[in-house]
Amino acid sequence: MQFGIFSVSDITRDPVSGETPSEAERIDAIVQIAEKAEEVGLDVFAIGEHHNPPFFSSAPTTLLSHIAARTKKLIVSTATTLITTNDPVRIAEEYAMLQHLSKGRMDLMLGRGNTAPVYPWFGQDIRQSLPLALENYNLLHRLWREDVVDWEGKFRTPLQGFTSTPRPLDDLPPFVWHGSIRTPEIAEQAAFYGDGFFANNIFWPKEHYMRLIKFYRQRYAHYGHGTEKQAIVGLGGQAYIAKRSQDALKEFRPYFNEAPVYGHGPKMEDFMEMTPLSVGSPQEVIDKTLTFREHFGDYQRQMFLMDHAGLPLKMVLNQLDLLGEEVVPVLRKEIESRQDPETAKPPTHALRVKEKYGDEPARQPKPNANRGDNVTGGSPYQDTE
Amino acid sequence: MTTQKQLVMVSAGTSDPSSTRLLADRVAQRVATLGVQKQLTVGIKTIELRELAGEIANALVSNHIGPKLQKAIDALQHADGIVASTPVYKAGASGLFTSFFQILDNDLLIAKPVVLAATAGTARHALVVDDQMRGLFAYLRTVVVPTSLFAATEDWTDPGLNKRIDRAALELVALIAAGFEKTVRDDSWGRYQHEFGSAGGTELSIDLDSDLMKLAAGGQA
Repeated sequence: MQFGIFSVSDITRDPVSGETPSEAERIDAIVQIAEKAEEVGLDVFAIGEHHNPPFFSSAPTTLLSHIAARTKKLIVSTATTLITTNDPVRIAEEYAMLQHLSKGRMDLMLGRGNTAPVYPWFGQDIRQSLPLALENYNLLHRLWREDVVDWEGKFRTPLQGFTSTPRPLDDLPPFVWHGSIRTPEIAEQAAFYGDGFFANNIFWPKEHYMRLIKFYRQRYAHYGHGTEKQAIVGLGGQAYIAKRSQDALKEFRPYFNEAPVYGHGPKMEDFMEMTPLSVGSPQEVIDKTLTFREHFGDYQRQMFLMDHAGLPLKMVLNQLDLLGEEVVPVLRKEIESRQDPETAKPPTHALRVKEKYGDEPARQPKPNANRGDNVTGGSPYQDTE
Repeated sequence: MTTQKQLVMVSAGTSDPSSTRLLADRVAQRVATLGVQKQLTVGIKTIELRELAGEIANALVSNHIGPKLQKAIDALQHADGIVASTPVYKAGASGLFTSFFQILDNDLLIAKPVVLAATAGTARHALVVDDQMRGLFAYLRTVVVPTSLFAATEDWTDPGLNKRIDRAALELVALIAAGFEKTVRDDSWGRYQHEFGSAGGTELSIDLDSDLMKLAAGGQA
């Protein structure tokens, strides 16, 4: 089981101090947060993608490759990468590059994005968001698996003899999670390809996510990738931890009350009752997180949202200390002892290389000399005809 | 041999008891009485929206359905008939009333028979039910009985109101007894628009042969 943190990259006014960090301050902070995640023993750091203020993360692979360079073991990922407004060709190229630079310590999560004005900025239409996402991923999937792609679809310029470079590290495509909160088609696509499925699990009651995860597991088995229990599931979560639960409630309440999306709405206690939010002592956060597997089945990755709603850097780093030192070690131990033995291991590059190649060496494609295109002659790589 | 039916009253009245609730009560009582003649045993559940005001506001701004609101949704989902009653404010149905119905899934109330009722301090608001409220319930694909109920202050002493209550109650009982909702839902449910998890979390059918599902499984758009 992997544990990590994910950030939406919001730059939000701290409701206690009244201060809004500058973009520069928040970008510096996120690098420190990611480094801290590794230091306290977390496995994954993921960043969102946005193209409008008050968010800073418009260029996730740039940030993630910087973080990968400053860390040793941390897996860098996204939450989410926009499979609608990004050209799938650029996703293929950028994330393959990140995969090389991080030596395989990366994966990515795809999502559609629900900010309507963003779509036309990139020449797209939110009303076509779902078919666009599905078609784009069908293409992305091929670009990472076929050296030369001929392709024609409804939304993008056709491709003739196109090679996405660099080829994935060890010729093994990055692992992909499909994030969705309500769309069976996205769960179906994740299941069809044997990819992971991620439910952000933050805003809505668990019953909602249980239905979709169940469908994904059934379809994963239907397509022959393994049993329902072996499907690859990730979950979001949200926590605020303090040694004493009354301090946690007191400290987090002003941030909860003014948080983007759910602030100015439900009472924090009601929200805790009905959603996965935990605010309390390490033991309370542990207890609540341990219920997730009972609802959704055993799963591979648990992500926590820890740095949003204007929480200042110092508090976030303190939260990470508590998460990494007092919560996650217990969760690892408890979940290991309770987990169904059939459960799949979390995806890592090393594990997947082993699955693909066994003890054989991985393919390392070497290009032929430049011919100006990929259409004339055979393969652009030396090891294939 | 009688059949058990469930009537759900929704009242947006604010005082206790309110004339809005009183009007709904009188309809419900008449429905129960008339139901007996049709071999129907009508149970009555009441949803007082004032008790849900906070959760309704939360749901509107954050999609978050609180426990009391969920109970009300479950009750409506299983209702065989509905009496929906609201005070008129500023020439329209109470915002509490419209907010509540705006939160519901579009397909929760399909084909359910409804009596609409409103109360006001002046007869000048008399057309609010027919001009404004019917549109909302048409959108929700309910079947609203022909007689709308409206009671201004003077109507409470006018025997004409009782006649209209009788008419509306009979119309509702006729629709319930005829099994209109069941016929529509049994034979035609799939022809209405649904989302995964809609109809209060009960709509779980997925069309695996749709164009989008084929695209999801590697096909062409």
